Amino acid sequence: MSKASTAPQLEGQRLNSVADLELLRQNRQEQQDPNRAEVIVCHGTGCLANGSPKVAQALKQAVAAAGLEAAVKPLIKITGCHGFCSRGPLVVIRPQGIFYQRVQPGDAEEIVEQTLKQGQTVERLLYHDPQSDELLATVEDIPFYNLQQRVVLKNIGWVDPTDIRDTILRGGYLALAKALSGMTPEQVVAEVERSGLRGRGGAGFPTGRKWRSALKAIEKKGRPVYVVCNGDEGDPGAFMDRTIMEGDPHAVIEGMIIGAFALGAEQGYIYVRAEYPVAIRHLSLAMAQARELGLLGQNILGSGFNFDIQINRGAGAFVCGESTALFTSIEGRAGEPRPKYVRSVEEGLWGRPTVLNNVETWANVPQIVEKGGEWYAGIGVPHSTGTKVFSLVGKVNNVGLVEVPMGVPLAHIVEKIGGGVPGGKPFKAVQTGGPSGGCIPYALKDTPVDYDSLTKAGSMMGSGGMIVMDERDCVVDVAAYFLKFLEEESCGKCIPCRLGLSRMREMLESFGMGQGSEEDLQDLGSLAAAIADGALCALGGSAPNPVLTTVRYFKDEYLAHINEHRCPAGVCKELITYSIDAEACTGCMTCARACPQEAISGQKKKPHVIDEAKCIRCGICLESCKFGAVLVR
Amino acid sequence: MKPAIDIDLDEIMERYPGRPESLIFLMQDVQAAFSYISPEALTLVCDYTGVPMSQAYAVATFYQSFSLEPRGEHEIKVCLGTACHLKGSQRIVDELSRRLGVDAGQTTEDLKYTLETVNCLGACALAPVVVADEDYLANVTAKKLNKLLKELSQDIEERP
Ligand SMILES: Cc1cc2nc3c(=O)[nH]c(=O)nc-3n(C[C@H](O)[C@H](O)[C@H](O)COP(=O)(O)O)c2cc1C
Ligand code: SF4
Ligand code: FES
Ligand code: FES
Repeated sequence: MSKASTAPQLEGQRLNSVADLELLRQNRQEQQDPNRAEVIVCHGTGCLANGSPKVAQALKQAVAAAGLEAAVKPLIKITGCHGFCSRGPLVVIRPQGIFYQRVQPGDAEEIVEQTLKQGQTVERLLYHDPQSDELLATVEDIPFYNLQQRVVLKNIGWVDPTDIRDTILRGGYLALAKALSGMTPEQVVAEVERSGLRGRGGAGFPTGRKWRSALKAIEKKGRPVYVVCNGDEGDPGAFMDRTIMEGDPHAVIEGMIIGAFALGAEQGYIYVRAEYPVAIRHLSLAMAQARELGLLGQNILGSGFNFDIQINRGAGAFVCGESTALFTSIEGRAGEPRPKYVRSVEEGLWGRPTVLNNVETWANVPQIVEKGGEWYAGIGVPHSTGTKVFSLVGKVNNVGLVEVPMGVPLAHIVEKIGGGVPGGKPFKAVQTGGPSGGCIPYALKDTPVDYDSLTKAGSMMGSGGMIVMDERDCVVDVAAYFLKFLEEESCGKCIPCRLGLSRMREMLESFGMGQGSEEDLQDLGSLAAAIADGALCALGGSAPNPVLTTVRYFKDEYLAHINEHRCPAGVCKELITYSIDAEACTGCMTCARACPQEAISGQKKKPHVIDEAKCIRCGICLESCKFGAVLVR
Repeated sequence: MKPAIDIDLDEIMERYPGRPESLIFLMQDVQAAFSYISPEALTLVCDYTGVPMSQAYAVATFYQSFSLEPRGEHEIKVCLGTACHLKGSQRIVDELSRRLGVDAGQTTEDLKYTLETVNCLGACALAPVVVADEDYLANVTAKKLNKLLKELSQDIEERP
């Protein structure tokens, strides 16, 4: 995204005090014309992949061609992901907040002419709400947005992440200023404790308590102490941390500076997943700009406090998201977990006291300090305070990122905000917590989404992935998928993890082929317990969860595979056959041409047939048929 | 994925201090510049950081981003994240692997293509997703793969 925007000139300005920061903010505010139109083009990964840079380019050209006066010339701004990725490329026009979806470069002229010049909306680009059957004009009108509560994501979709001044205008670094000018480190820690914030990276450990134990460790061992941000985000199907790092990098950086102030750390690290080059670029740019302004580095805001951050890129190993493996990786070695006889807060990076928190955890800190722990604790439910960002993916209409207060019912997220399953049927299950989590069936759709309720249901909060499954998804297949993932990612250090996971995966795969017995289902349970018992880290420890929850809630589906050699969802390759419905087939020959095995025969305009012996069940015919004539059984 | 021959290994070394903790940074930069880490490059990195070869080798094999073998001119990555899995991405890997004649993680003999898999690219709304070199392909079907392979092979032919 930084390709399209140029780094701003900060003109060697350095903020030497809290007052300087306030002055800069006021200046920006005064320079801002509240009536000037802002055309915002989403440049999150989803929209980028859908071609949003071309849309931004076309809008720029259309604005130039329209010859608008300098005074009314709109500002074209690019931002991180707005969350509604399934509708991208998105364009939002402020101050009205007009929301245009699926915008193509060819729409640019009309947007400039109709909306910017004449103040009208372009109807065909508006969002059509299936519930009310109405066209909705603004972001605020759309249920996907107005049913959310955006705290962590409040700046994303508003600020240009490549220009620090934009963030400052929206109140960035105010919390740091507050901490440095009026709070003691002790007060900062107390505020985080009061907020009830729990780690967003998976385990949900109370953040304030972690910081408190680090202070105790420092009393014993002295400094240096390190603060570390976990941006490894390995859960497949989760992209909240990516969105935060890309769309609001300063929230993470400010959170870390505040944490460093509270603990007396001078050096911090952000460990970012290898597949996230844009996040790395935006964080680096944000840090460079913060340094230039004196918000990071030596003598921050003239307070005498020094702190700097280094970025480490991951190199493609899921297990490096685990705390001790992450430290080993930063130290330059193969990231294998270490036994935790001593806790990381006491002996973490370089053997020193270390506070490791997740991206979203850090991004919550500035607002807690600014508005107070009590304010934060008022959001959500008693043991799970605040909001949580979820990535809602799979068989759901509104695929994207959503933020809600902790404790809302699962159905609220999937059905109200997510718009339910395409086709209108109820969902079958929702997988939460990634590979260490579990599947929650439709019957438990009212489960409150908070740490304790999810654990009670056999799943977990995890980092916030929510994968919606419908009747065409097979739970045996999904359980095998997660096991295979973890087996590949296991570092292999502990035998129960290495051998146990591969044995479990073999068993699941045999179910998928219609083999195995009911006894095997029982054995899975004891095997799971043995793995959990003997694994060094939580990768192995929680790996059986997806299997255990699916066996618990969908035993019939397992039995259908085992006893009837049937995959009810029509997924498991060995148990399905493809055939052609002679009535529906028009004899167009498309499938026959597409089939890589030449397994389909038949004359033009006559029904075709599939030769089962040649068929490799690749599904290409199903995908190519426009008449729905290919059947899977 | 065109290797940049003009990048000098020594120039890469100078980017980081000669200490053991620079090992991964250096290997990443070498990998990015040459699309693999040759035995010469690994030796140089070891000498520079003072890390024994056995340890550097352990690092190179532990992390998926590193390759000790030359890679194909084009890299095709299929997402096997959960959202993509539910939308049939395994079938796409199978199809590509059949067409290219290599398994995931391998490079074709003519060094033209490397087939890779990746777990979630954060573009789950577009599942299933394939990334060819740097370009994202959304809602991939067999038909889109035909087009992709055709474009890539033309690109190879047109080059002198
Ligand atoms: C195998 C494994 C992978 C993990 N991956 C991540 C990750 O990608 N991001 C993350 O923040 N935490 C991850 N964690 C959890 C971390 O170990 C750690 O609990 C967390 O970063 C602490 O921060 P928090 O308290 O703010 O959540 C992982 C844990 C395990 C066992
Ligand atoms: S539980 Fe598995 S991943 Fe974790 S340390 Fe042991 S072998 Fe490695
Ligand atoms: S990438 Fe544009 S809405 Fe998510
Ligand atoms: S699962 Fe493929 S992009 Fe997320």
